[in-house]
Amino acid sequence: MSASRSYDIVIIGSGAGGGTVAQELAPLVRDGVRILVLEKGPRFADQEFTGRELEMADALYQDGGAFLTRDGTMTLAFASAYGGSTVVYTGTSLTAPQRVIRAWGVPGLEHADLTRRSAKYAEQNNVHALDDPLINDNNRLFVEGGRKAGYLVEQFPVNVKGCRGSSLCNLGCPNQAKQGTNRVQLPRAERAGVEVVTRAEVLRIEPDRTLTVRVSQKAAGTKGAPSEWAPGDYAVRARAVVAAAGAIGTSALLLRSPLPAPRSLGHGFTCHPALILVAEHARPITNDVGHPKSYFVDHGASERFVLETCMYFPFVTAKSLTGFGATHSAIMHAFPRLQMILILACDHVASGNRIAVSRTGSPIVHYRFTPETIDGLVRGTRAAARIFFAAGARRVHAPADPPLLETADADRLEERVTARHFRPGMLAVSAAHLMGGCGMGRTAADSVTDAWGRVHGLPWLRVADASLFPDSLEINPYLTIMGLADRVAEGVRRDLAVVRD
Amino acid sequence: MTLSSPVFRAVATCVVPEASRLDAAQWDEMAAIVGRAMAARPRAIQRQLALFLILLEWFPLFRHGRRLSRLDPARRTKFLDQLQRAPLLLVRRGFWGVRTLVLMGYYGRAAAAREIGYRADARGWEARR
Repeated sequence: MSASRSYDIVIIGSGAGGGTVAQELAPLVRDGVRILVLEKGPRFADQEFTGRELEMADALYQDGGAFLTRDGTMTLAFASAYGGSTVVYTGTSLTAPQRVIRAWGVPGLEHADLTRRSAKYAEQNNVHALDDPLINDNNRLFVEGGRKAGYLVEQFPVNVKGCRGSSLCNLGCPNQAKQGTNRVQLPRAERAGVEVVTRAEVLRIEPDRTLTVRVSQKAAGTKGAPSEWAPGDYAVRARAVVAAAGAIGTSALLLRSPLPAPRSLGHGFTCHPALILVAEHARPITNDVGHPKSYFVDHGASERFVLETCMYFPFVTAKSLTGFGATHSAIMHAFPRLQMILILACDHVASGNRIAVSRTGSPIVHYRFTPETIDGLVRGTRAAARIFFAAGARRVHAPADPPLLETADADRLEERVTARHFRPGMLAVSAAHLMGGCGMGRTAADSVTDAWGRVHGLPWLRVADASLFPDSLEINPYLTIMGLADRVAEGVRRDLAVVRD
Repeated sequence: MTLSSPVFRAVATCVVPEASRLDAAQWDEMAAIVGRAMAARPRAIQRQLALFLILLEWFPLFRHGRRLSRLDPARRTKFLDQLQRAPLLLVRRGFWGVRTLVLMGYYGRAAAAREIGYRADARGWEARR
């Protein structure tokens, strides 16, 4: 037997999109509007962020951060928690490039408008460049090597307040320094009277605007608070629904709901497939202390890759190295001397790369690497190797045969690093920028929503997350998601005003 | 076929040679980490892993006249290297999956993190002063 509840606005998901919409609509509560946020993941207490790799990965990420694509050649990382993936990102805060928004060609979506809205959240989230004394050797070497190798190295603005440099951002900040929606937008929304229910998964949305919601029990010995509602199934009625469960979550939810959805639902999935590269220096460097991601090189437009500084944990590092055995172990034992660079390929919409659902309604992601995406990874790997060597590294571990590139190889990277070493299933490719599935556009013939996130043919249903992107963003996406979610909130407010009039 | 089976140990000691120096309690810790990770995965993946481990154990019999767990370390390494370069995606993927589990079990232990010099601390810079 399902319990019934009724709200004016239901927001599904509490990450960059859902958290933003919740905050922006919160003032309506004063006027008697009932707003509910449903979050699939739990709410964690500050002391539960221990920084222990496997423990936190299991608690925060879907499938421990290793959600596999259908053919098993890539893992996708996305969080399930109060605050969504803003709990586990590094807080790098860039606004959408003008050339990308122009190339998207969404009628009614202007770059200037998106930039203005993103800037509002950059200010709210204390986005700034870290001071020099807080930059570790891993990042410094990237700057030095990058400049020597002739690349334009830029500093990431980050959204931290009181960062102590734990380097554990991707496992949830143990010092509550990162200003995700769990720290800024959701608490504000809750203080204004928005109701947030965690451990609440929306199974489907009916055409009569009823949501089937399953609230799960907290399992013994697991992290996180119990749900605010008693475990069980609920029928939640809503006048307006905002789906913000992430590219995979939102697309899968709409696909398993009996709604007259546009044909392109689930299509247009992109994700910036990424590789972690490491290099060994002769002396120990500070790498596992300090903010891990402070600099980047953007060659998205010219060569389809972006390089970012990074630092990962023992297991993630181990699985990211190519090969196994003594060579692999030797690199792992050089951990205090390792420099790391993340290579992101700027992939683009390709036929067949899409989100689907299984017979039981679980999400399935179909993804094949196009030759252009592989080329982006190959070029990015060569560029990263150049930076490592220019920074003084004595060897680089890369997808090559053999995988160790010595300084003598620095002049023949084109020969040593080629596409034949990047065969799917031979290297650890992962992605955390999951985009598309409910792309914006003009009509139901070419897209799922309009430029304000409204699903074509379903005026009461809007989307407010990275699934709106009609193609890849080519940079870290959270500020753009917040900018788009701000537009969605404005659209909901407009609808509400029309109904009242 | 379980994670404490001879074939899993044979693969584990090839992937991480230092695993051969683990004592019984450390092996149990590694198996527990892998077991927990597998228990959280869909049943289909659990079945695929069990099947792949059986194939791994018996396939070398046709080629080398011995099961994988009875091969000497050099031949075992060579056999696994062939798997990771196999033309068939299914085989490469299977090996990649087992390799990932071994690395999770080994490097997911706090002792292994200490051993490689990983020192991240919630106190950040303060812990290094």
